[in-house]
Amino acid sequence: MTQNNQTQSTNANQKISTYLTMIVLIVMALAVTALLIAGETYLAGDQLAAGVLAGIGLIALVLSGFLLYQSKLQSKQVKIETPKVMTTIECKCGDKTVREFQRGDYVYKELDVPCPKCPTTHQMITSIYKEVKEKEKTYNV
Amino acid sequence: MYVMIREVENSLHKLRHIKEEGRKTAIETIKEIGKPATDPSARVDRYLDYFTIGPQNMDPAGIVSKLDHILDVRDDRLKEEVKLMAPQIQNDPVQINNLENTLEAAMALNFIYKVVRHYYIQGKKTLSLYVIMQLQMILPMVMKEADAYSNALKAFANGQPIGDGAGPLVAGKLMHGYEARKLPKDCVVATVPLEGRTVFVMKAEGPGGNVGKPGDAIEAVIEENEGKIACLIMIDAGLKLEGEMVGEVSEGIGAAIGGPGVDAYKIEDKLTKYKIPNYAVIIKQDIGDAVTPMRKEIHDATDKVIERVKAIILERTKEGDKVIIFGVGNSIGVGQ
Repeated sequence: MTQNNQTQSTNANQKISTYLTMIVLIVMALAVTALLIAGETYLAGDQLAAGVLAGIGLIALVLSGFLLYQSKLQSKQVKIETPKVMTTIECKCGDKTVREFQRGDYVYKELDVPCPKCPTTHQMITSIYKEVKEKEKTYNV
Repeated sequence: MYVMIREVENSLHKLRHIKEEGRKTAIETIKEIGKPATDPSARVDRYLDYFTIGPQNMDPAGIVSKLDHILDVRDDRLKEEVKLMAPQIQNDPVQINNLENTLEAAMALNFIYKVVRHYYIQGKKTLSLYVIMQLQMILPMVMKEADAYSNALKAFANGQPIGDGAGPLVAGKLMHGYEARKLPKDCVVATVPLEGRTVFVMKAEGPGGNVGKPGDAIEAVIEENEGKIACLIMIDAGLKLEGEMVGEVSEGIGAAIGGPGVDAYKIEDKLTKYKIPNYAVIIKQDIGDAVTPMRKEIHDATDKVIERVKAIILERTKEGDKVIIFGVGNSIGVGQ
């Protein structure tokens, strides 16, 4: 008699806005260009300009990468959770079984299936509920 | 502003996905249960866009009966529409009610999506920071409601008891084993001896998704007994405040019933006429719990409610009195 409360999740459309992707790619391209120019400037002997360009390039590269990662993460979070609902079946003899909900179940429905302990008696659905395992966040106020 | 627009945009994508899933679930359920000869998609799309125009309130006298009539027409119209969509279940009121509830949840999701999209586009068109800001500020609550309706849809499609069914579940527990007779409209009553009193236990008829018209049903029982009722006890699901626990039981007075107010009006009117005291017991839950499959905490709270009801009867009435107990809420998945 197990009462798993797993959730099935459906991933939503994981497409990221093409507009945002385009902006990020342009910024990335500019960042790479800045890094290349920084390299050339360094070889030409201007170390200060090379340092500034390399800094700008690196920051832009990291920021655009982070933005892309965040957008992917957000679109992955779009999901619908379906909780598992359990049906409790009881017999007058006290026998109790819990199984997953099936369409057509309702509270006080008399089942055609006889009780395994006393085959002459019919069983009845006494409760249908879902068990939410995650605890609600509490605030000390 | 860009950050806010992005946030609204992301939520709008999620809302569209939820709405589409809802529509798909509704169509699949109709195909599975109703076995229609033709594809019901077009009819479902039309159903999702149905609207109800409320009565004119310039002269509010008599507005309750006008609203009552409009709601009756709406309910009948939607039921007829469901029967046309699913001809196989024309004579099965349980499935018709469940399908109607499923479609109403899909309708709510469609409406939420359209309203959010409207303000999003309006904000972008006018480049108004304030329109976008207002939308962004209420989005967490809107998304919570949309998530709740999305889960409700599956519960309705499967005919599972929901959190709002706590009242009918209590009534079901009290009346189970006693003969139940039908009352207007879509309600049932059983006469139950309890603590030496005669108790009329009432609820919406289950197990189909149905809230009935408690106002009419209570009116009928009070009139049948010529107003000689010691008290009315109403049991309902009540919205909890943040910080309160799901399944907490609270007691008070007044008509514990939601909806547009027609039933509360009728009940209050009759109670005032015969000077009948009205007590209320509620089981706390949030909007998400109220429309999704019933949580164990809510289910367990029904036994505590029965104890409270018995205590009210013992303290507030005398032996031989007549008492009405009404389990208010949606009877989906709860028989009697």
